[in-house]
Amino acid sequence: MERIQRKSKVRDFHQAKWNEPVIFELHQKGERGVEIPLSNKAIVSEVGDGISAIPDSIARKEKPNLPEIGQARVLRHYVRLSQETLGSDFNVEIGQGTCTMKYIPKINELLVRNPKIMELHPLQDESTVQGMLEIIYKLDLCMREISGMDHFSFQPSGGTQALFAMAAIARKYHESRGEADQRNEIITTIFSHPSQAATAAVKGFKVITLHPDEDGFPDIEKLKAVVSERTAGFVVANPEDTGIYNPRIKEFTDIVHEAGGICYYDQANANGLLGITRAKEAGFDMCFFNLHKTFAAPHMCGGPATGALGVTEELKEFLPAPIVEFDGDKYYLNEDLEHSIGKVRAFHGVAQTVLRSYAWIRALGPDGLKEVAQTAVLNNNYLYHKVQKIRGASAPYVKGQRLEQVRYSWEQMAKETGVTTEDVQRRMTDFGLHYWTSHHPYIVPQPFTLEPTESYSKTDLDEYIAALEQISEEAYENPEVVQNAPYNSTIHKLDEQDFLDDPEKWCITWRAYQKKTKQPERI
Amino acid sequence: MTNKVHPYIPNMVPEVKEEMLKEIGAQSTMELYSCIPEELQLKKDMDIPEALTEYELRRHVEGLLSKNISANEYLNFLGAGCWQHFVPAVCDEVNQRAEFLTAYAGEPYEDHGRYQALFEYQSLLAELVDMDVVNVPTFDWGQAAATSIRMAARITGRKKILLASTVAPERSKIVVNYGSPELEFDFVGFEENTGLLDLDDLASKLSNDTAAIYFENPSYLGFIESQGAEISKLAKKHGALMVVGVDPISLGVLAPPSQYGADIVCGDLQPLGMHMNYSGGQAGFIATRDEEKFVNEYPSRLFGIVPTVKEGEYGFGDVAYERTSFALREKGKESVGTQTALWGITAGVYLSLLGPNGMYELGQTIMQNSQYAVKQINKIPGVKGSRLSSPFFKEFIIDFNDTGLSVEAINKKLLEKKIFGGKDLSKEFPEYGQSALYCVTEVHTKDDLDQLITSLKEIVTN
Repeated sequence: MERIQRKSKVRDFHQAKWNEPVIFELHQKGERGVEIPLSNKAIVSEVGDGISAIPDSIARKEKPNLPEIGQARVLRHYVRLSQETLGSDFNVEIGQGTCTMKYIPKINELLVRNPKIMELHPLQDESTVQGMLEIIYKLDLCMREISGMDHFSFQPSGGTQALFAMAAIARKYHESRGEADQRNEIITTIFSHPSQAATAAVKGFKVITLHPDEDGFPDIEKLKAVVSERTAGFVVANPEDTGIYNPRIKEFTDIVHEAGGICYYDQANANGLLGITRAKEAGFDMCFFNLHKTFAAPHMCGGPATGALGVTEELKEFLPAPIVEFDGDKYYLNEDLEHSIGKVRAFHGVAQTVLRSYAWIRALGPDGLKEVAQTAVLNNNYLYHKVQKIRGASAPYVKGQRLEQVRYSWEQMAKETGVTTEDVQRRMTDFGLHYWTSHHPYIVPQPFTLEPTESYSKTDLDEYIAALEQISEEAYENPEVVQNAPYNSTIHKLDEQDFLDDPEKWCITWRAYQKKTKQPERI
Repeated sequence: MTNKVHPYIPNMVPEVKEEMLKEIGAQSTMELYSCIPEELQLKKDMDIPEALTEYELRRHVEGLLSKNISANEYLNFLGAGCWQHFVPAVCDEVNQRAEFLTAYAGEPYEDHGRYQALFEYQSLLAELVDMDVVNVPTFDWGQAAATSIRMAARITGRKKILLASTVAPERSKIVVNYGSPELEFDFVGFEENTGLLDLDDLASKLSNDTAAIYFENPSYLGFIESQGAEISKLAKKHGALMVVGVDPISLGVLAPPSQYGADIVCGDLQPLGMHMNYSGGQAGFIATRDEEKFVNEYPSRLFGIVPTVKEGEYGFGDVAYERTSFALREKGKESVGTQTALWGITAGVYLSLLGPNGMYELGQTIMQNSQYAVKQINKIPGVKGSRLSSPFFKEFIIDFNDTGLSVEAINKKLLEKKIFGGKDLSKEFPEYGQSALYCVTEVHTKDDLDQLITSLKEIVTN
């Protein structure tokens, strides 16, 4: 036997490729995927066919044009599609900066599959859901410690919804003081998530966006210039998408408070801060955490999720109702909040995510949470140090001072080789790695944002760095290799033309595709 | 600080940590926090219980969960926006796949499967609602309705919205929250004995300033609104759009709203393969015609099919991405973000499994079971099985007024008999007095229904 040599620094990878038809093409008339539990004969003899009761004006005349497919084939189809999806369970998932793609513990998945959560109805009598309410309440207590806030609602079911709820609270708060008409401006920063600006606009606010100073910090002079008696609130992330922590944050919140506005903190991603620094001490009135980011709930292709919303005592009465409280004996739902913004989502939000995050916190404990933050920051600074050495890559703005993530730039490489960040994105796929560019607009040219979290080992980080190094080498030596990527993915480069932007050509459903690509009939 | 390496944090290994610190030229990890001013650093330890091992955690959480009583253990007749339906095992198998569970925002290349599965979901639901465009799912029905209404306002350039008074009150709260302060809301009355929309009231409230009329079918109160075509006609007269919320599980037997004039259709996907999960199974959908003026007003992602550079290969991508807040921040259409994509995939699996015949049989079974329940309940002295005279789907109002008992008291007694009684409507719809909204689906056997009926009989006659 000879030793098998494995010298390649990057992974020799190929994504699953099944070339599956679209599900409608699997149709075989007469096949059946599952049996429905039909009414028993005694019921049928009592009430007849049931559907005669439907007024003719609203009876469905033709069955929906759904495919008929046997169970095994449906399963095989979807399992194949799943294999063509690069979940974080088998990926060094550090390329989706700002989203805190960390390890999703399997024990938590086992716990949420318990029928004693899966089969609970949200309107059950409180006495029958004491365990669930206790979990919600205890997660609330943990969140209070982590943030310094006084009460949490888990009703918002994503970061965007939490930001919307905070904008709604800002409006309601000023309404309660008779200043809603006057205070119609929300101030945010360009390196904060687009949803901060978008949700403020949905809630009827004028949005003022601050651009950074030359070091990449939110510009305090610009803030001073825009605060006024019209200021309703200030929303910001810290660190922002750049990963740069703004040390003057308390001055920012003071300035806004002096002007009569309230301050809300986007902590969608708080992974570098657990046990280190909190919303309260920085002067915020509200904050939210994405449980599917910092608190290890899975992202599930984009939800369901939770944006855990915390407020100070003063704003408790504005929270979406109900919130869970404890009277010393039993847990109960408190619907009675005087200034409540009402509802943002049905019932109580996503209970499974709450359970997962509670379990994650309990698996770490207070010291473990702090280790999470410190290791995430260590990993990020290691990566920061290494990536800047790659030819054509840089990290704009101030040196150092990065916490959990960094926004990098391929500006130099793009200028020198023509290879763009989008090209790198496709090429990374060839090594079994995910890479995201950044939120728009691209203030940092040719951007990419890496966030290694605490979940990845040094070896994992080195693998990711090696792939970036290889792509940089390719860009300088043979840019077409990168520009025509991917090669080892499920599919090749999309031939987009204007198929996605021309109303005459876009096909958002299979039936639209059938209509718009109708073959001429043979003569 | 604990020295034990935590299983979730590989780089706690001291030698590795040392090596990495050396590489970056730092003495300690806390040094990396020097940018955080002293006064902002947390001085105390967090008051959070000490860490549990995996085994301890399992014992602890299962202990907490054991305090719950689930709808598997007791008979459940609660609906009102979250419903107990049969969930095929393949739905759970697919949505528990680690690939889908842990994926997020990959590109069409590494996440081809996610794109295709969501495109297929859009396509399957499009057949059910008989429309050409469906979005990647939103948060829930309420938020889907809110967005549908905001879309209608943008399309018409108008601000006034009419809501049927029978819209689920909790959903109305979400709609008004998302719509205000920009939109003005007014409610249209209904006929108390049928639940049907009061067309005279509608006609008097519609004007050339009305952006949309929104109602639900089957309604929150369970009745089937049979006047869709008339409502649409009235709306069209004023150039207003008709937005209809629908329980998709009814569409094997009920006509989809597009067939009686709806311009925008929305609803909740939870019935299509999602467990109730204490409300964690909700997911909203929106559907429209394939017209630019509609498509351009969606805030959501819309996946479309495209060729790749290789002949015969399907690819998928984002349609009209430039309209979204991802692209345009506050100038985009409302906002988009993490919503409920996994439930979209699951609903697609569900519709693939049931097919046209399964959806028909399911609709029929729900109608038969619920009609049986009402018929038997009607025989109980002092109880009306259905307060409304209109035909209903899945849910119906049981009127207890003549029993002299409150719904609260009845539900308490039912609970002793291991039954979750229907939702008490006395606060939301005081006009119906002591009445409750009951939900009967395909999961209820004749024995289950008979047990409810016997129990109710005992409670009201003793």
